[in-house]
Amino acid sequence: MSDLALRRRGSSLLDAVYRRPRLFLTLLLTPPLLWLGVVYLGSLFALLAQSFFSLDDFSGVIVREFTLSTWMQLMAPANLDVIIRTVLMAALVTVADAIMAFPIAYYAARYARGPMKAAFYLLVMMPLWSNYLVKVYAWKLILAREGIYTWILDKLGIEALLDWYLSLPVIGGPSLSASYTGTFIVFCYVWLPYMILPLQAALERVPSNLIEASADLGASPGATFRHVILPLAFPGVVAGSIFTFSLTLGDYIIPQIVGGSQYYLGQAVYAQQGTAGNIPLAAAFSVVPILIMGVYLTFARKLGAFDAL
Amino acid sequence: MTSTSATAVLFQNVSRHFGTVRAVDGVDLKIGQGEFFAMLGPSGSGKTTCLRMIAGFEQPTAGHVEIFGETAEGLAPNRRDVNTVFQDYALFPHMTVLDNVAYGLMVRGVQRTERERRAREALSLVQLEGMDARRPAQLSGGQRQRVALARALVNRPKVLLLDEPLGALDLKLREEMQEELRRLHKQLGLTFVFVTHDQGEALSMADRVAVFNKGRIVQVGTPEDIYQRPTTRFVADFVGSSNVLTPDQAPRFGGISRWTSLRPETILIGAAADAMDIRQAGEVIDQQFQGAMRKTLLKINGLEVWAMAPASQTLGVGQAVTVGWSQSALHAMDGEGNDV
Amino acid sequence: MRSDGSSLLLKLSAIGGLVFLHGPLAIIVVYAFTTEDKSYQFPPPGLTLHWFSVAWGRSDIWAALTLSLNVALVATGLALVLGTFAAAALSRAKFWGRDNVSLLLILPIALPGIITGIALRSAFNLMDLPYSVFTIVLGHATFCIVVVYNNAVARFRRLSPSLVEASFDLGADAFQTFRYVVLPNIGTALLAGGMLAFALSFDEVIVTTFTAGQQTTLPIWMLNELVRPRERPVTNVVAVLVMAVTFFPILAAYWLTREGEHVAGGSR
Repeated sequence: MSDLALRRRGSSLLDAVYRRPRLFLTLLLTPPLLWLGVVYLGSLFALLAQSFFSLDDFSGVIVREFTLSTWMQLMAPANLDVIIRTVLMAALVTVADAIMAFPIAYYAARYARGPMKAAFYLLVMMPLWSNYLVKVYAWKLILAREGIYTWILDKLGIEALLDWYLSLPVIGGPSLSASYTGTFIVFCYVWLPYMILPLQAALERVPSNLIEASADLGASPGATFRHVILPLAFPGVVAGSIFTFSLTLGDYIIPQIVGGSQYYLGQAVYAQQGTAGNIPLAAAFSVVPILIMGVYLTFARKLGAFDAL
Repeated sequence: MTSTSATAVLFQNVSRHFGTVRAVDGVDLKIGQGEFFAMLGPSGSGKTTCLRMIAGFEQPTAGHVEIFGETAEGLAPNRRDVNTVFQDYALFPHMTVLDNVAYGLMVRGVQRTERERRAREALSLVQLEGMDARRPAQLSGGQRQRVALARALVNRPKVLLLDEPLGALDLKLREEMQEELRRLHKQLGLTFVFVTHDQGEALSMADRVAVFNKGRIVQVGTPEDIYQRPTTRFVADFVGSSNVLTPDQAPRFGGISRWTSLRPETILIGAAADAMDIRQAGEVIDQQFQGAMRKTLLKINGLEVWAMAPASQTLGVGQAVTVGWSQSALHAMDGEGNDV
Repeated sequence: MRSDGSSLLLKLSAIGGLVFLHGPLAIIVVYAFTTEDKSYQFPPPGLTLHWFSVAWGRSDIWAALTLSLNVALVATGLALVLGTFAAAALSRAKFWGRDNVSLLLILPIALPGIITGIALRSAFNLMDLPYSVFTIVLGHATFCIVVVYNNAVARFRRLSPSLVEASFDLGADAFQTFRYVVLPNIGTALLAGGMLAFALSFDEVIVTTFTAGQQTTLPIWMLNELVRPRERPVTNVVAVLVMAVTFFPILAAYWLTREGEHVAGGSR
C-alpha cells in the first residue's frame, strides 16, 4: 500500500530541477547577481569611465571626450603627496594593528575557555559594531586640548614630554588632535577589531596536535610559536590587513575630525566630487585605491587570506 | 531468479557520464521482486551511482531505467516509490526520532495521530521502542541507523536502498545488523538493494550479488557463484582472497593453461592432503594466527601460495609438508570475460 | 591545550588591548552626563541627567532615528532574501565563474565606502533617480547582502547535502524541504546575519552621505553635529543611545550563532 498516487499529483517542479540543475542554479543566482553585478559593478565601471573625461576649467562642465589629462593631473606633486601620505598611513596602521591585535587574538584563541571565550568575543564585537562616528567622536574628546590626556599628563607631571613630542617635525603638530599622530591613533583604534577577528579565527584553526607534535619533536614554546603557529596564523593577519588597509585608504571622515590640514585620499575624492564638481578627477583619485586593493587582494588570495575571512 | 516474479528494478544499457569520466558504462541489470540484492565493488566502480540512479538523485546520460515496470528516468526522487537509507544516515538533527520517522508520512499529508502510530510501529520493527522523544545527537551509531531504517520502511516502499549500511559500525554491531537486515527482509518481503565494498557483507547477506568494476558489471550471481566460480581475475581477487595462477603456472598445479583461481581454504596440508586428487610437496614459509584459522604461506612449485590451516595445525617455518587439493578447486577463467 | 599556562605578559597585553578598545566608549558615556556644555573639559565639572531630557525633546533627533530604523529594516529584509539566494547557490554547486562571483560578493565591503558611495551616486545620476529614502536603502542593501551572505554560506556549507536528498527521498517537494529541513537548520544563521546587517545599516554614514538627498539618518545627524556642534552633551547622549541600540542585535546575533553550532551539521 503506497501513497504513490498522492505524490504523483504533486509538483513536477522538482522533476525539472533534477533534470536541469543548472536552471535551478541560475534562478537562484539571478536576483542577487542582477543587483550586485549590474547596479554595483555597473556603477563602478561608470565611475572608472569618468576618469577618462576632463573638467573644463572655465565653464565647469565635464567634457565627455576621452583624454588622459585628468590622469596627468594626478601626477602633480600635490596630488601625488596625497596618495603617498595615505598609503603610508594605511601601511603603518596595518602593522600597528597587527601587533596590537595579536595578544588579544592569541589569548582568546588558545587560552580562553567557555564563558571567558564568550566574554572575549563580545568584548571584541562590541567596539566593532559600535557606531563608527561615536568612536571617532570619543577620540576627539580624548585628544582635545582641554580633555583627558592633558589631565592625565598633568597628574603625571609629564606635560613637557608631550610638548617635546608635539614639536617633532612630521608626527607632531599644534595639538594631538591636529597631528599625524592623532590621526594614526584613531585609525588604529577604529580598525583594530577588524584585525582581531580573522586573526583569532586563524589561530583557533591551528590544530592543537600540530603544537603537540612540535613539542614532541623538541621545540621550545618560542620556537613552536615562530615556526608553527605564526606561519599558520599569517593568513589571518593578511585577511585582517585587507580591512585595515582598505578602510584607511578610503576614509575621509577621520582625518577631517582628528588631524591636520593635509589631505588624505578620501578627502581628496570627497572634495573633488563635492564643491569642485570635478568628477573626473574624483574618479581618477578613486581608481587609485581600487587598483591598490586589486593588487593587494590578489596577493592576499594567494596567501590564503580568503579562507580566513 | 524465478521467471514468475516481477522485475523490481531494470537497467538497460545505462550509462552515466560526468564530462569525460564514465562513472557508469553500459550497465544491464535485472533485480527481481523480493530479492536481497548486493552491488559490490571498490570505490569508484559505479555501484553507488547506480544506486543513486534507482533513487533518482542521478539521471542516466543514456539507457533506460524501470522500477516495477514504470519508467524512472526523468522522475524526481520524491515521486518514486523507493526509499533510501543513507550512508551517513541523514537524520534531521532538529527533529525528534519520532518526527524523523514520521517525516515521509507527514509530507504526504497523513494526519498526526495516524502517522505517529505508524511511526511507532516502524520503530518497534527495528527494536527501538521508547526512543520517540530523543534527538539524533543523543543516539549511538547503531541506534541512528535503526532510526534511518525505520524512517525508510514506514513508507512501505517498493524498493529499499541501502548505501554502505554497515560501514561505520564496529564488528559486533555489524554482525548484529546483518542478522537484523536479513530478518527484516524475510519479514517484510520487500526488495532490498544495497551497496557495499565489503565482500564479506555481500556474501553473507545477499541472495544475489553484482560485482562492479570501472563502471561496469563484471559478474552477477549468487554468493556461491561469485566466490567459487569467479569469471575474471578481478572478481577472484576482490571477492575473498585467492591465489591466482597464471596460464603458465596453472598446469604445474594440475590445471589447464588458463588464468586459474585456487582458494586458500581448498589447499589442505599434511595428513588431510592424502585424500585429495592432486598432491604436491610444499615448504612452509610463514603462519599468521587468525583466531579460527592459521593463514599459512607455502612455497609450492616455486610459487608462494596462501593456504588456510585449522588453528590446531601449527607448523614450523621451513618445514616440508605434503599439500593437496581437489581438481574442482581449480577454477579456470579468462583475463576478463566469461567462464571457461 | 593548557587551560591557563599563559604568561603574565600575554595576559597583560591582552587585557591592555581590551582596555584600549573600550576606554573611549566609557569616556563617551561619562561625557553624556556632564554639566559643562561648551567644551570637552575633563574631569567633568558635574554630572546631570539634564541632557537626556533635552535629547528626548528634540524633534530632529526623533526624525533621524525613525529614518535610520526604517532604512535598516528594509535594507535588512532585502539583504536577507538576496543573500540567502546567493549563499544557497554558491555553497554547493560548482560552475564556471564561481570564484568570481564570490569575489563580487566581497567587493562592497572590501572597497572603501567612499568609492561605493560615489559609484552608486553616479549610477543614480545616470538612471535619473532622485536621491531619496529609496536610494539610501539601495545603497545599504548592497553591503548588507555581503553580511547576510557570509553568515548564510558558512551555515549552508555545514548543512549535509544528504539531508536535502533524504527529504526528497521521503517524498517531500521543494517547498516542504525548504520549510521543514533547510530553514530550521539555517534559520539561526539567517537571523544572525540579519541582526548584523541591521546594526551595520543603522551605523553606516559614508555611503549614506552620498546616496541621501535631504534626508538625515541618525549617523548623518551625528556627523553634522560633530562638524558644527549645537549642544555637545546631547550628541553624547545620542551616542550612548546608539551604543545601546546596536548592543542588543549584536548580542542576539552572537547568541544565535553560538547555539547554532551544536544544532546544525551532519547527523552522524
